[in-house]
Amino acid sequence: MRRAASVVDQRVERMGILTIKMPDIGEGIAEAELVEWHVAVGDPVAEDQLIASVMTDKATVEIPSHVSGTVVSLGGEVGQKLAIGSELVRLEVAGRGEPAPTEAAQAEAAALSAEPVGAHAAAPAVEAPQPDPKAEPAPPSAAKPAPAPAKPAAASPAAGHAVAPRAEGEKPLASPAVRARAREAGIDLRTVAGTGPVDRISHADLDAVFEKGSTQGNGSPKRGLAPDTSVKDIKVVGLRRMIADKMAASKKHIPHITYVEEVDVTKVEDLRATLNKSKRDDQPKLTLLPFLIKAMVIAIRDEPGVNAIFDDEANIIHQYGGVHIGMAAQTPNGLVVANVKHCEARDIWDTAAEVNRLAESARKGTITRDELRGSTITVTSLGALGGISHTPIINHPEVAIVGVNKMQIRPTWDGKQFLPRQVMNLSSSFDHRVIDGWNAATFVQRIKVLLEEPAMLFMEG
Amino acid sequence: MAEHRCKVLVIGGGPGGYVAGIRAGQLGLDTILVEAARVGGTCLNVGCIPSKAMIHVAEQFEAAHRFTAPNSLGISVAAPAFDLPTAMEWKNGIVGNLTGGVAGLLRKAKVRVIEGTATFKDGKTVSVIRPDGETDTITAETIIIATGSESVELPFLPFGGDVISSTGALALDEVPETLCVVGGGYIGLELGIAYSKLGAAVTIVEMADRVLPLYDAELTAPLTRRLEELGITVLTGAKVTGAKDNQVDVTDASGESRRITAAKILVTVGRRPFTKGLGLENLALDMDRAFIKVDARCQTSMRGIYAIGDVTGEPMLAHRAMAQGEIVAGVLAGKNESWDKRCIPAICFTDPEIVSAGLLPDEAKAAGFDTIVSSFPFRANGRAMTLEREDGFIRIVARRDNHLILGIQAVGAGISEMAAGFGLAIEMGACLEDIAGTIHSHPTRGEALQEAAFKSLGHALHL
Repeated sequence: MRRAASVVDQRVERMGILTIKMPDIGEGIAEAELVEWHVAVGDPVAEDQLIASVMTDKATVEIPSHVSGTVVSLGGEVGQKLAIGSELVRLEVAGRGEPAPTEAAQAEAAALSAEPVGAHAAAPAVEAPQPDPKAEPAPPSAAKPAPAPAKPAAASPAAGHAVAPRAEGEKPLASPAVRARAREAGIDLRTVAGTGPVDRISHADLDAVFEKGSTQGNGSPKRGLAPDTSVKDIKVVGLRRMIADKMAASKKHIPHITYVEEVDVTKVEDLRATLNKSKRDDQPKLTLLPFLIKAMVIAIRDEPGVNAIFDDEANIIHQYGGVHIGMAAQTPNGLVVANVKHCEARDIWDTAAEVNRLAESARKGTITRDELRGSTITVTSLGALGGISHTPIINHPEVAIVGVNKMQIRPTWDGKQFLPRQVMNLSSSFDHRVIDGWNAATFVQRIKVLLEEPAMLFMEG
Repeated sequence: MAEHRCKVLVIGGGPGGYVAGIRAGQLGLDTILVEAARVGGTCLNVGCIPSKAMIHVAEQFEAAHRFTAPNSLGISVAAPAFDLPTAMEWKNGIVGNLTGGVAGLLRKAKVRVIEGTATFKDGKTVSVIRPDGETDTITAETIIIATGSESVELPFLPFGGDVISSTGALALDEVPETLCVVGGGYIGLELGIAYSKLGAAVTIVEMADRVLPLYDAELTAPLTRRLEELGITVLTGAKVTGAKDNQVDVTDASGESRRITAAKILVTVGRRPFTKGLGLENLALDMDRAFIKVDARCQTSMRGIYAIGDVTGEPMLAHRAMAQGEIVAGVLAGKNESWDKRCIPAICFTDPEIVSAGLLPDEAKAAGFDTIVSSFPFRANGRAMTLEREDGFIRIVARRDNHLILGIQAVGAGISEMAAGFGLAIEMGACLEDIAGTIHSHPTRGEALQEAAFKSLGHALHL
């Protein structure tokens, strides 16, 4: 008796097209990178001839053909990653009948799955009592069903693959337990692809549906949707590498506490508009940032602990007298933090000019190393993009970061009525090792009061 | 006159009704079941179970009788005697045990059972005439009709006296010397064969050109041979033209008239849904001929009214009714259930027995499938030889393109016990390779199933 795999192989049609799929080359491997083609389209391929080399993170594996034929198409380019079970190469197997059982066994040993494609490839070459063809004309609906769908050799339902839709009105094939589970979950089994023999739907196939959170099974071929299994590899180098390291260092070392507060900025916005209208031509246009910086400078006087560098290896907090505000800026290459130095020594116009200058050179890429170092507390703004709050990551080894969210008109209760007010959230994170919640909150509340009554920004000694 | 209220009212305590009742009770639904006679329905009281008991009695007696003649087993016995009333008492004992068991299960599930005949007053109200003449009224949120079926009567052969139905045949006090069975379906054959083995001279009259006309000739051939061996006269293509007293006039296949004289005339020409007196006229349900039309959740055209079992159509089989009863109870308990079965296996407890699960070869062809049909005979099966019963075979009908098994049929002694396996294979969506790849214990008749799969795949081992 032949083994089941050979039965599949028996269905190879003479003069058919045969697809060789990416074999399952090791446990837990979902894809492999094509590193070399040993054949090209149009090449004759002999049995056992190497067709391709593929690489996983563990090893390079050479893949032989288990049949002779001519290469019709290649499944990808060198450097491309192919999912296990996806098409590796298509061969025209010319002038061959079914492979001998020994070949089939070899093919099985190589864990290769070969299935015919093409409209004329469905007749199994089994020896069964043949009904007299004259006495039994093929009934109309006995038209051959669509060729078997490409099945991953690993039989893993997670590895997405195209599905041959079932014939109209055909009941999906599944055990009573699978049917009951699908019913419970409200899944129409007609939309689920079966990976079992005869396209039988297994519990694993249902699992795959649940994982995808849809009732579409492995894609919805009828709507032209198909799973995209492509993966693009991007080397993490340069600035991105530095950002990654810094973010990781910050999250790894610093237990963040994030505090979100709402600030009514109507008054400061009015003031800003007035100033922008009345400013001299040599003065920069004011944004909200210089006002926030000004407020932070004042708040830091009350809570000096937030303006610091924590050297956690030496267990020393370097608390700074000067306020050097890091300003997170988005550049084409990624995030940089420009340093607005000595804000305590700048007036609002000066701060604005410096902010603009740094932002411009960061965008142009002309910013110097020195201008990117030495900040003692950072401001990050996602305001323009919207978002009601976020959890900013502290610019390690600083101990605090103030995040600005989108300014919006919101109804505000003044004790008698709702008034439309310009409101903005501040989302700020603190290093909870050295800053207690109390101090964090006091700092943010102080900023809030200063921005809500902007005259106080300028009433200081 | 009592008034009752409940969430679920089940009318009829047969296999459909009592399963629906028990399951509904288990699922916490306040349930009442109305039954005119004893719970268990036709199946337990006058159908499946008592007939199987009598078939067993007949087999034992026939075996004993066989040993009065020289035989290859070397066993000899004196002529056995048979006392039908004793056997009937034994049979009634089994029926009593089972119906008592069902009543106990209903109690355990907290289902209230009311004895009486139910009549619909409207879609929510049923009146029940109790044996003492009192009339109860039951108001229910949901009503399940499970009233089953009854034997079809021939106008010129009304039941009564020596003209008996299957129910009467299971309550005789002596074995009739001659028995004429009108209708060669499975019920007539089962009972006819049993009484033949108990000593009656049996004649079976069937209108079609062979017995069990719903099955193909290949499947019924071993049975036909066995009927001959048992000395049963089978008139096929024969039409009953009239009857008087203990005589049945028949026009046989060749057109000749014959008169059959028999001590008892058993009429088994089919069963029809039993809805008499139910007051269905007060409901205006959609019907499918005489049957109540239901959807996949067993709901009728009227909201809140469900129907299960023989009243809903063919096949009129207890296990179909039970499956429907379970579905309805689940539906009423808010579960998302519906009929999704692939096959309802059917068994004829004839000698030899016949099992059919899924599609027959012709049915598969008519459904548009290109098929592989292979059978494996018991004459090549070791276990069959040791049981002195090499007649019959197991046959598999599979799709040629993907080898999905569409149907499994078998004929052979004791083959009924394999029906569960056949049903499982089809319900699980097995293909030929699944059966071929499953180890079938040796030595059993079941090996023939694996061999038939081997043969379909082109490599039978033992043929």
